[in-house]
Amino acid sequence: MTRAHLAQLARDALRYPGRLALAMVLAWGVCVTVWRFHSGLGAVTHLSDGMPWGLWIGFDVLCGVALAAGGFSVMALVHLFGLTRLRPIVPATVLTAFLGYILVSVGLLYDLGKPYNMWHVFIMHNPRSVMFEVAWCVILYTTVLAIEFSGLVVERLHWRRAVAFLGRLTVPAVLAGVLLSTLHQSSLGTLFLIVPGKLYKLWYSPYLPLMFFFSALAVGFAMVIFESYLSAFVFGRSLEREILVDLARILLVTVVFYLGIKLEDLYARDAIGALFEARPETYCFWLELALLAVPAALLAFERVRWSQDATFLCATMVVLGVVINRLNVSLVGTYAASGSAYWPSFQELSVSVFLVTAGVLAFGLAVRFLGIFDAHAESAVPAEHDACRECV
Amino acid sequence: MIETTPAATGATVEPVGLLIDATRCIGCQECVRACKAEHGLPEPIGPDLNSTTYTVVVKRAGQYSRRLCMHCIDPTCVSVCPVAALRKQPGGQVTYDADACMGCRYCVFACPFNVPRYEWDKPRPVVAKSDLCVSRTSRGHQTACSWVCPMGATVSGPRSRMLAEARERIRLNPERYVDHVYGETEAGGTSVLILSGVPFDTAGYPRDVSQRPLPETTWRVLEKLPYVVLNGGIFLGGLAWIIHRRMVFQRHPELLDDLPPKGEKP
Repeated sequence: MTRAHLAQLARDALRYPGRLALAMVLAWGVCVTVWRFHSGLGAVTHLSDGMPWGLWIGFDVLCGVALAAGGFSVMALVHLFGLTRLRPIVPATVLTAFLGYILVSVGLLYDLGKPYNMWHVFIMHNPRSVMFEVAWCVILYTTVLAIEFSGLVVERLHWRRAVAFLGRLTVPAVLAGVLLSTLHQSSLGTLFLIVPGKLYKLWYSPYLPLMFFFSALAVGFAMVIFESYLSAFVFGRSLEREILVDLARILLVTVVFYLGIKLEDLYARDAIGALFEARPETYCFWLELALLAVPAALLAFERVRWSQDATFLCATMVVLGVVINRLNVSLVGTYAASGSAYWPSFQELSVSVFLVTAGVLAFGLAVRFLGIFDAHAESAVPAEHDACRECV
Repeated sequence: MIETTPAATGATVEPVGLLIDATRCIGCQECVRACKAEHGLPEPIGPDLNSTTYTVVVKRAGQYSRRLCMHCIDPTCVSVCPVAALRKQPGGQVTYDADACMGCRYCVFACPFNVPRYEWDKPRPVVAKSDLCVSRTSRGHQTACSWVCPMGATVSGPRSRMLAEARERIRLNPERYVDHVYGETEAGGTSVLILSGVPFDTAGYPRDVSQRPLPETTWRVLEKLPYVVLNGGIFLGGLAWIIHRRMVFQRHPELLDDLPPKGEKP
């Protein structure tokens, strides 16, 4: 490389600061990756025996799985409940879910002490372990998503026989996906039932599995709105307004339902008093509640639901609310009992940012090359329709 | 529930127990050194349990408190391990297989006694905790720590005998002991039993430990999952079938003519 090349590169970098930042995030992510696998978890994380789970479990895994939940709920609405109106959002949600689960799996590789032993879940069984059940569900559901995603790909390539074949698989695959998601979305909450003495009373509840499930349901819909709005900015492509209004309505119902169980649970466990104790946990819990209650209150107005900006704002709040909830359960709620200090290290944050960046890049590429937000409903209908005729 | 207790596995060996009497301990650290020698661990003794120290003796509230894995009767760590690297042996010992472990650290997170330690500084880390000298106790010998204890502060033998002995000591010397055998009911009962002259929380033992086995908390949910799949599958599948059928008729009313008319038998 000559000096002229370098000068050109420097000029380009200055002209596109966004790309420069992106390249730096990715390059630094690669460095931390090498560092982590070469020197071990202790070298790059602030984890300790008191806080053995940190940001990578709390954010990369718990939030990753929750934010990808639209994959099963939207598919269920469209393919099981016949809400064909929502068909145009199927590609975006399937893509989000598939990328999400891939990122969760990659994130797990960073977090596991011996990731090269991951395959042991196939041959070493412990049906009493929630983690074992989650591992199997995530593996199987990622397979289901791969089938659903390949359906998108073959549609774009116009491989008619593959489209027909995958079209037949759709309903059973969606059904399996809904069941597997119900299991592992809730089981991520069940994981924390084993620590009644460690998880703070605002979050420890026998209904944790239900709360994880219903919050995942809500945030799945919020993510579709969130992505569609941002895609309109970045790629100039978005969903139809009517669909977004429908989604806003569904989001409102699911958020209110989730909030309802959360408050009922506090009342049933006689923990309402804990809402007013001056402790850091209390503030974190209120933040979580506010990020659900405010969008729910706003979305109750028809004007808000018809305003794209306001709906986006509400969806963003719900996404943040569920993210804060997962971090509260996994980090804030167990912090006091752990007796250790924990704040994610710069390297831990770098890996999370690296993975999210990679995910956003992959999403962008897919939107560009697979036409994720394009109207395309026609091509899928015939295969689907034939399958329906048979089941009459 | 899947039983791993010796009674259920049909073992004839009486599960082993360890009785630690903190009021007898003089803090000589012989048990800690013997433990390290037995397991081939490097010498420096940490102030707390760590990846090369399976047991510690620390002075708390004027008394020497010894800490190690409690070897629960229904161990939380065994129930949470996704690859069954942690196992409850017929003799009561809770053992760990480093080759099976994939490093999820759920055991470290879940242990109600905060015992398992992790090798954070290693690229191929393992979990570290006492194995109750399984190679010795499975052949009927004492643990290394009880073998060397000059004061009889740690003794090993069948758990039932250790428990009877603990109760007897409290009965004979009620003013010397707190009237509680730590480990009799903690986490549903543990193989290691502890007597103390000062309250157990000031002696450094976790308080507020559930009196029921913790694996029950997750099993209560897990045992329902097969029904969720079965009933959920039938319900959703059936619903989808009905909805799709109606949608097809809506789009193609002519198909309705092929059906047998209402009120008539085919």
